[in-house]
Amino acid sequence: MPEMTLIEAIRQAMDEELARDERVFIVGEDVGKRGGVFRATQGLYEKYGPKRVIDSPLAELSIVGVGIGAALYGMRPICEIQFADFIHPAFNQIVNEAAKMCYRSNGEWTVPMVIRAPYGGGIGGGLYHSQSVESFFTHVPGLKVVIPSNPEDAKGLLKAAVRDPNPVLYFEPKKGYRLIKGEVPEGEYTIPLGKAKVSRPGQDLTLITYGMTHYYALKAAEMVAAEGIETEVIDLRTLLPIDKETILQSVKKTAKALIVHEDTLTGGYGAEIAAILAEHAFMDLDAPIKRLAGPDVPAVPFSHPMQDWFMPNAQKIAAAIRELAAF
Amino acid sequence: MDVTLPEETLLEMYWIMLLSRRLDERAWALHRQGKIAFHISAIGHEAAQVGAAYAIRRGYDWIAPYYRDLTLMLALGYTPREFMLSLMGKKGDPSSGGRQMPSHWSLKRANVISHSAPVATQTSHAAGIGLAIKLRGEDKVVITTVGEGSTSQGEWYEGVNWAAVHQLPVVFIIVNNLYAISVRQEQQMAVRNAADKALGLGLPGVSADGMDFLAMYQVMKEAVERARSGGGPTIVEAKVYRITPHSSDDDDRSYRPREEVEQFKQRDPLSLARQRLEKEGLLSAQKVAELEQRAKEVVEDAVRFGESAPYPDPEEAAYPVYAEEVRHA
Ligand SMILES: Cc1ncc(C[n+]2csc(CCOP(=O)(O)OP(=O)(O)O)c2C)c(N)n1
Ligand SMILES: [Mg+2]
Repeated sequence: MPEMTLIEAIRQAMDEELARDERVFIVGEDVGKRGGVFRATQGLYEKYGPKRVIDSPLAELSIVGVGIGAALYGMRPICEIQFADFIHPAFNQIVNEAAKMCYRSNGEWTVPMVIRAPYGGGIGGGLYHSQSVESFFTHVPGLKVVIPSNPEDAKGLLKAAVRDPNPVLYFEPKKGYRLIKGEVPEGEYTIPLGKAKVSRPGQDLTLITYGMTHYYALKAAEMVAAEGIETEVIDLRTLLPIDKETILQSVKKTAKALIVHEDTLTGGYGAEIAAILAEHAFMDLDAPIKRLAGPDVPAVPFSHPMQDWFMPNAQKIAAAIRELAAF
Repeated sequence: MDVTLPEETLLEMYWIMLLSRRLDERAWALHRQGKIAFHISAIGHEAAQVGAAYAIRRGYDWIAPYYRDLTLMLALGYTPREFMLSLMGKKGDPSSGGRQMPSHWSLKRANVISHSAPVATQTSHAAGIGLAIKLRGEDKVVITTVGEGSTSQGEWYEGVNWAAVHQLPVVFIIVNNLYAISVRQEQQMAVRNAADKALGLGLPGVSADGMDFLAMYQVMKEAVERARSGGGPTIVEAKVYRITPHSSDDDDRSYRPREEVEQFKQRDPLSLARQRLEKEGLLSAQKVAELEQRAKEVVEDAVRFGESAPYPDPEEAAYPVYAEEVRHA
């Protein structure tokens, strides 16, 4: 199996889907000749031309709105939002239009569309190039929300998202674009949306996470394993719809749950997982549910000492694991 | 010279452009040396900014800027030392205390409001300030800047529309450097001049040669006077060129030919200003050398100041989320 980076896997997924289905096209800012500001679409403009890889005007609302229109007509748009932080102008189109189309038309109209956006901090991007925006959208029935943590999943999930008949938000951990490498199976495959994965088995506690923090979580699990703590790590992969079964199965086994995400704590995605556990696994728990999340400030600050203060990392996660294991 | 400005003012304008250029070049060098994480440049935009700055009453009128406005900020009294604090994410950066990326301005003492990175969000703020000025019956003016690409945002149209409907004292400057990162003007808008958008919104729209500081000054002067005297808003398009890549994260070779960049360098606004002032007998080679020396010293001092300044304490990041917490900041 060839090894590649996260961003290469994402690019390959788009390349294969463009080749497979002529209804698929890419639209976004700088996705053409520039190949995207992170080079996620590099080479695709040259290969598929300006009709399949379209440089949009600098306007996210219409990137999504035009995507919806094209999808209604039978196309399969992949919309790129340059940074998740800039998805907010398109909130109305995503939440009021894409998410509600199927329901409001009683199924006459559906929106098969993918919206890709790099998310997350730790890259010196300050308030507006670091945001985690998933929980704005996991609150919205009608949407699917996917966040991959490694190249194999990234490719399989993106291909599945393109083929999904619903609007799928696909958030990419940008700090991991070139940092996270892994083997990717050769040949055609997809990974079903809505299925979490146990990425490391363990007996002592369950760590539930996704995206960039999953990368740190595996490192933290490795660190504490040397001290005799066996952590079971769950990579959610899809946040909406959520795979309750995998989470509950694991927590019923380990009896302790730690939830980790980079997004801020209050009203963050971890709150939903905690609620599911409290509802369905209360009797199985040996310790209070623990959350490690970004602190409740408006966004990630630029200056390094303050950025580090904000960001989760393997050390902070390992400390939380130790605390929970000792309970 | 067709513009009547005192000799000292013309020289001051040149000095600010020169200082902006040398600071900017130094920022690129600091980035290459790995000493700063990010820079977004004003090189090529200096004349448009100094022309705009001198057309307003600085310290009295209000400004809603965008990230390329280093020259404008210097003209408003922002200091090179402060710029270095911002570039280096050091404590005491007046724009954000190290929270925002460099060149995301705010300077309350100069009536410069804080802006974010999502483009065109400042446009409606400018309209709102204009509305407040009008409600209070004052004679202040607001200027706001935005790149031509950013005028594709619905936000931009909404803000300008407000000002046009309510005849607010706002000058909307569109800085047209032909590119929004890699996307050329033709893929961004179907009008030939960004100022033509004014037609659909019901306000005057004027294009100026933004590489010529006096041409820009003249167009701005008229727009600002109209706004101040109750004549309503204007769109002023400054036609410039971004001589550097979009930012320190960009490589512009994939989307624009080197010959084009070279061609525009022939109209480098700093050289054009120098030629113009030399022709008027206001500048000589010796005088330019003196100014260059002074700029070098100011830039050196600013870098030393920035480098020796402390970083913010990590815990400062916890505040001030709410107004009640400002005392912690
Ligand atoms: C809403 C939003 N979308 C995308 C971006 C990313 N971005 C930053 S600058 C830029 C191009 C801006 O071009 P233009 O408005 O022409 O200004 P210029 O940089 O050329 O001065 C883009 C796409 C952003 N900052 N905000
Ligand atoms: Mg531009």
